[in-house]
Amino acid sequence: MFKLYGKFFAIHLRSQMQYKTSFILTVLGQCLTSFGAFLSIYFLFARFHQVEGFVFQEVLLCHAVVLLSFSLAEIVFRGFDTFAGIISRGEFDRFLLEPRSPMFRTLCTRMEFSRLGRLAEAGIVMAYALSTGVVVWNWAKAGVLLLMIVCGTLLFAGLFTVYASFCFFSIQGLEFMNIFTDGGREFGQYPFTVYGRRILRFFTYIIPLACVQYYPLLYLLDRAPSPWYALIPLGALLFLVPSTLFWRLGVRHYKSSGS
Amino acid sequence: MSVQNLPRFRRPYGIFLRIRFLNGLQYRAAALGGLVTQFFWGGLTICLYAAFYRSDAAAFPMTFPQLVNYIWLQQAFLALFFVWQNDNEIFDCISSGQVAYELCRPWDLYGMWFARNAAHRLSSAALRCVPVLLVAALLPAPYGLTAPASWQAFLCGLLSGVLGFLVVVAFVMLLYIATFYTLSPLGLRIAVSALSEFLSGGLIPLPFLPDGVRQVVNLLPFASMQNAPFLIYSGSVTGPAILSTMALQCFWLGILFLVGRLLMRRTLRRVVVQGG
Repeated sequence: MFKLYGKFFAIHLRSQMQYKTSFILTVLGQCLTSFGAFLSIYFLFARFHQVEGFVFQEVLLCHAVVLLSFSLAEIVFRGFDTFAGIISRGEFDRFLLEPRSPMFRTLCTRMEFSRLGRLAEAGIVMAYALSTGVVVWNWAKAGVLLLMIVCGTLLFAGLFTVYASFCFFSIQGLEFMNIFTDGGREFGQYPFTVYGRRILRFFTYIIPLACVQYYPLLYLLDRAPSPWYALIPLGALLFLVPSTLFWRLGVRHYKSSGS
Repeated sequence: MSVQNLPRFRRPYGIFLRIRFLNGLQYRAAALGGLVTQFFWGGLTICLYAAFYRSDAAAFPMTFPQLVNYIWLQQAFLALFFVWQNDNEIFDCISSGQVAYELCRPWDLYGMWFARNAAHRLSSAALRCVPVLLVAALLPAPYGLTAPASWQAFLCGLLSGVLGFLVVVAFVMLLYIATFYTLSPLGLRIAVSALSEFLSGGLIPLPFLPDGVRQVVNLLPFASMQNAPFLIYSGSVTGPAILSTMALQCFWLGILFLVGRLLMRRTLRRVVVQGG
């Protein structure tokens, strides 16, 4: 399975590299998009200096973790994000006939390397934020940071899966899912506590995005009430259970759109 | 192909507007999904600014209710004022070579595309703005949309909104024209959308920019898009500043329109349509 995935990976990479200028321009465009988000944070903090006890560099760390996770998820799991097209063109019929699981097959349909632009921006911002010394380092903290990014990526992948699963039932009106995918990316750039208690609770227990930023961030900044906060990102992975079940339900419900 | 001497050919614009409008109204479920998204988006944005307001109220460049009005207007009229809210069919038709058929039609391409883009935006805004405005107006005190400061502010805001909308469409026309010159328009489109979103006050309202930066950005055509009408309506631009803001809008509209027409004419003179 890994070998097959590697083959798909190489094919997508090669095909997107065929139009080099186009690729580079798209990467730059993506980079600029994230840069706008960075500038907004910069200008707001130039004026206000702190929000809910978080200073500029700390919020930047949050911005970088969420953007890294989101763009990694977009590079690898883009097939789920563009699933509406696969359903409406009737291509899913073919997936069902192939020997690999439909989920794996969907994973392989698209990989969006142009998101490297966002990844680069997030990487640079993270390097800057860390270089300012807001975090006093030790090995455990490095591990937690890695855990935040990995779990964040998987959580966004889970959200893409939920979106794709909705496509089995209807491909109209799914814009509301943007609240959690694009909205998660936009609003997740600030620790969710900024938005108030209720929003924080929603993003902890329903869509556990706060589990990969706010709580472990407290640990990184030595403000966590308990060392267990370091492991909260793992809790976000629980989201993958209902999202996978929902996908299965969708596959069972699938009726071909024909053609 | 000129329209000037054929007055009866002016009618197609109106028909185009109507067709696009009815077409857009078909996607009601999409509109509902969009509505939910906009409430959530607007609500969370307001929560974010409320947190900044708590941390330093004196640094706020406008009153809190003015900011809330700005955010709700932005959500209600998203389709009118954001450069990326486009009818992608026109981009596709240029890069696929379909544009050859458009060129065969006996009316002016600039006017036709202008009407199409405007109609696309108007139809999606028409469905979305009323419920957003209604519910936002019903929200409790500091978080709801409030009436404008005066009826003058309302009228000027409305007029400035029309101007801003036309500036957006005239700007997008330049993007259409640029598509003729590049075979990979996606990167350009993403970059321009990102740039214009920031410079027009789509990410943070322009009064939040620091001194020095703000004065420069205010003069750019992007500030004549959503920034002008929203600030006038909410009452954070008042008095003679309203007139100068609207004059600047007229100036940019004129420039963008003229440049667009000129470039379009030059481009079409030597366009090479590929494919077959």
